[in-house]
Amino acid sequence: MTGTIPAGTPAPGGVNDEVSSAPGGLVKDVVALDRVVIRLAGDSGDGMQLTGNRFTSETASFGNDLSTLPNFPAEIRAPTGTLPGVSSFQLHFADHDIMTPGDAPDVLVVMNPAALKANLVDLPGGGLLIADSDEFTPRNLAKVGYATNPLEDGSLEGWQLVAVPLTSMTTDALSGSGLGKKEAERSKNMFTLGLLSWMYHRPTEGTVRFLERQFRKKPEIAAANIAAFRAGFNYGETTEAFAVSYEIKPAPMAPGRYRNISGNQALSYGLVAAGQRSGLPVFLGAYPITPASDILHELSKHKSFGVRTFQAEDEIAGIGAALGASFGGALGITTTSGPGVALKAETIGLAVMTELPLVIVDVQRGGPSTGLPTKTEQSDLLQAMFGRNGEAPVPVVAPRSPGDCFDAAIEAARIALTYRTPVILLSDGYLANGAEPWAIPDVDSLPDLRVEFTTEPNGSAEDGTEGQFLPYLRDPETLARPWAVPGTAGLQHRIGGLEKADKTGNISYDAANHDFMVRTRQAKIDGIAASLPATEVDDPNGDARVAVIGWGSTYGPIGAACRRIRRSGRSIAQVHLRHLNPLPADLGEILARYDRVVCPEMNLGQMAMLLRAKYLIDVESHTQVRGLPFRAAELAAVLQDVIDAGAAPAGAATTGGHA
Amino acid sequence: MPAADPIAAAVAAGGDKQTALKAKDFKTDQEVRWCPGCGDYVILNAVQSFLPSLGIAREDMVIVSGIGCSSRFPYYMNTYGMHSIHGRAPAIATGLAASRPDLSVWVVTGDGDALSIGGNHLIHTLRRNVNLTILLFNNRIYGLTKGQYSPTSEIGKVTKSTPMGSLDHPFNPISLALGADATFVGRAMDSDRKGLTEVLRQAAEHQGTSLVEIYQNCNIFNDGAFDLLKDPATGAQWSIPLVHGQPLVFGPDGGACVVRDEFGGLRIAETNQVDAAQIVVHDAHREDPSYAFALSRLSHQDLRYTPMGVFRSVQKPVYERMMADQLEDARAEQPADLGALLSGNDNWVVA
Repeated sequence: MTGTIPAGTPAPGGVNDEVSSAPGGLVKDVVALDRVVIRLAGDSGDGMQLTGNRFTSETASFGNDLSTLPNFPAEIRAPTGTLPGVSSFQLHFADHDIMTPGDAPDVLVVMNPAALKANLVDLPGGGLLIADSDEFTPRNLAKVGYATNPLEDGSLEGWQLVAVPLTSMTTDALSGSGLGKKEAERSKNMFTLGLLSWMYHRPTEGTVRFLERQFRKKPEIAAANIAAFRAGFNYGETTEAFAVSYEIKPAPMAPGRYRNISGNQALSYGLVAAGQRSGLPVFLGAYPITPASDILHELSKHKSFGVRTFQAEDEIAGIGAALGASFGGALGITTTSGPGVALKAETIGLAVMTELPLVIVDVQRGGPSTGLPTKTEQSDLLQAMFGRNGEAPVPVVAPRSPGDCFDAAIEAARIALTYRTPVILLSDGYLANGAEPWAIPDVDSLPDLRVEFTTEPNGSAEDGTEGQFLPYLRDPETLARPWAVPGTAGLQHRIGGLEKADKTGNISYDAANHDFMVRTRQAKIDGIAASLPATEVDDPNGDARVAVIGWGSTYGPIGAACRRIRRSGRSIAQVHLRHLNPLPADLGEILARYDRVVCPEMNLGQMAMLLRAKYLIDVESHTQVRGLPFRAAELAAVLQDVIDAGAAPAGAATTGGHA
Repeated sequence: MPAADPIAAAVAAGGDKQTALKAKDFKTDQEVRWCPGCGDYVILNAVQSFLPSLGIAREDMVIVSGIGCSSRFPYYMNTYGMHSIHGRAPAIATGLAASRPDLSVWVVTGDGDALSIGGNHLIHTLRRNVNLTILLFNNRIYGLTKGQYSPTSEIGKVTKSTPMGSLDHPFNPISLALGADATFVGRAMDSDRKGLTEVLRQAAEHQGTSLVEIYQNCNIFNDGAFDLLKDPATGAQWSIPLVHGQPLVFGPDGGACVVRDEFGGLRIAETNQVDAAQIVVHDAHREDPSYAFALSRLSHQDLRYTPMGVFRSVQKPVYERMMADQLEDARAEQPADLGALLSGNDNWVVA
């Protein structure tokens, strides 16, 4: 042990980000904080994601608002102790409403030298650094290029270092458990969780219950983990290494029942709910791909809801089977990430042509090609918009937060079912794996998605014969075609990828008909805008001259940046898009009100390009493709510069990439 | 809440199902657009004539096709149908059949569609044993793209894309299907109405995936490809009719037969040179696919010794039935309760 924190030292955490109140007063050795950001980092095999998820659950049930950022390598087990093998989990929790997982940690826990080396750069000076001193062996130090032990050589003087022999204390605590040393060591993450649970006054019953549930079939492992967890907690209470603990009060939230939820889980629930609210069987055709596979896993658990999941031989078969199921009257769904969307493009085109409902979930990751499979990005927007041959318009919907994935999934299903069209739901890796408290909706308040299948002939043939079924006779309002399911007598019809004659759907190579059908398919998608609510503009001061517009998972960082701007006495308007295609009908008029419009994106300016093309507005692009969400402080600085530069647009200034 | 089963309600609202049908009931008003003389016409007529015997209502049949000449088939059938994407029909049909076990789902495909671009979907559909009947029209050429060699073209085939002869070793579709453990595999000739109808009947009645390879003449780009088998002068000599329970004796006057070879495979012998007991009696129901596979290997690229009929017909659990069973089991264990799902186990109330 190389350091202790005397009571009264600057608190790890507190006012520097999305602050709403000052830090509370000191009560003996318990410091009240309004917020804290903790990052746990270790080897891929150290169980950091599990530890982070458990700490998140404890924090959620305590009632703090929270936001998480898991960050792990694409390799399942990179060589132990190496930099590529480092896995981390960041959690931001607060006594008030927060929007991001935090720009930088206040507390960094490192389980080995590699985790220190990979993460120290993000820990601000003075931050609390807890290290497992047992793992700082000459061998482990050499693996990542440390010539001397940083825990002892003074190089960490700028931080509050607490070196704790986490591994040996865990094995000591489990000495009577009958487990071997190696097995006992595996519980060090639970020892660490126990220590942190003490430090931040987290409730512990949930974790004990979880461990009992998780290792139901291996009671000795459950007992060992619980023992390690309690030992860590008790160590915190009795050791002099930590002289203070911290209290973060529950955040005020609207009345209701809450739970903690990740984006992929919320998205899966949204799809189940869409099936229930439409009454249609859900059919998921999918091929495993990071970071979308968890949706396949989750939906596979819900067979009792009539959800069929089909793990296909490839991405193409996944969407093909989903489209086949849609033809039969199911809510067809396929889930994937960017490379999978590329493979599905031809079938999306067929769905456009056959005008069948289909939901395509793209959990975006870093690209191009295989890119960064476990990292986040927003670079599939133009692929979603245009990545098909021919004029093949597809509605695009994007969730803004993990919990919002639920509503976005229902909205995607609504559009697909109402307009008989494939819809792309653009989530991303950050939303997929990130988590936040979620107000559990009342089932009866969810949208009614019932559809009417056609069961009677709806027209007459060209020769006047009545009692015909015209599969491409459109609803005058939505331009949707009738949906008649196989098995319905008298409505036999053929659909396919060849161009259709208007109304009859027969093959047609007629020039005028093709022109008409291309424009009609486009008009159908454009017409969806009429069903959308007015765009919300967040401008509390009402006098903003600069607007920031975003879509998808940048909602949190942009929102946090706007709060900073407003705290500094400046005004800014925030617009965040749910519908990317078609864009809301009122958007052009809204953007035209501002002197300058900035669009931050985790790509090289794809939405900015669309907005500029559509509205002829000089949208300024701010971009970043680091595989990680924007930092609120950086975004705020960029926006502040734009505001302070005055009303006049400074040429077509863009930052960080093309527009 | 929405109706319990809107699909069943729609089907019921559609009215009574007519199952006493005639061939003409399966024709559509669309002009058939294959080249005059194409083998596809013969197959279309045979299918339309035979379907009424199955007693399935037209509305309960769905024909899914890929891309190619054969894949225009659905447009000419008064059933539900989808003309889909090159190679993908088995995948699309799988989703439909898996979610609608009440339907009779057919796939119509060709040698390029099923064995080249769609090879992956074909083998996986076969191994899953989805309840589909797949008609693979094999003309050993790309017709719709005007005459390139296909994955079943013989080595050395001279075409527009292989002016010096093709280098590819061809697939034997029957061997390929059996390699994927297909539960029903048969072969028929477009011009042999009786033989084709018999294989189709058995294929349609089979529970699980049935693959029927139909030799089909492309009179424009590969005319006469199957004449060796069709010509009355040579057909009997080179075709091996497969009849379950019957000895594999063929050729003019039954002069040739199939016997086991010393490696566990099969070979051709002269009937009068072997004991009658040595002649293999065809058993399409053998669980082990190696016998049917050995049968499929008797034929040569030039079509000599081509078995015609049903190679294999065995029972295995059907994919969509097992899927439906899992859904029922899950429901029995825990009824669907959306509110409970959304609430989860760990939640808290803010008052």
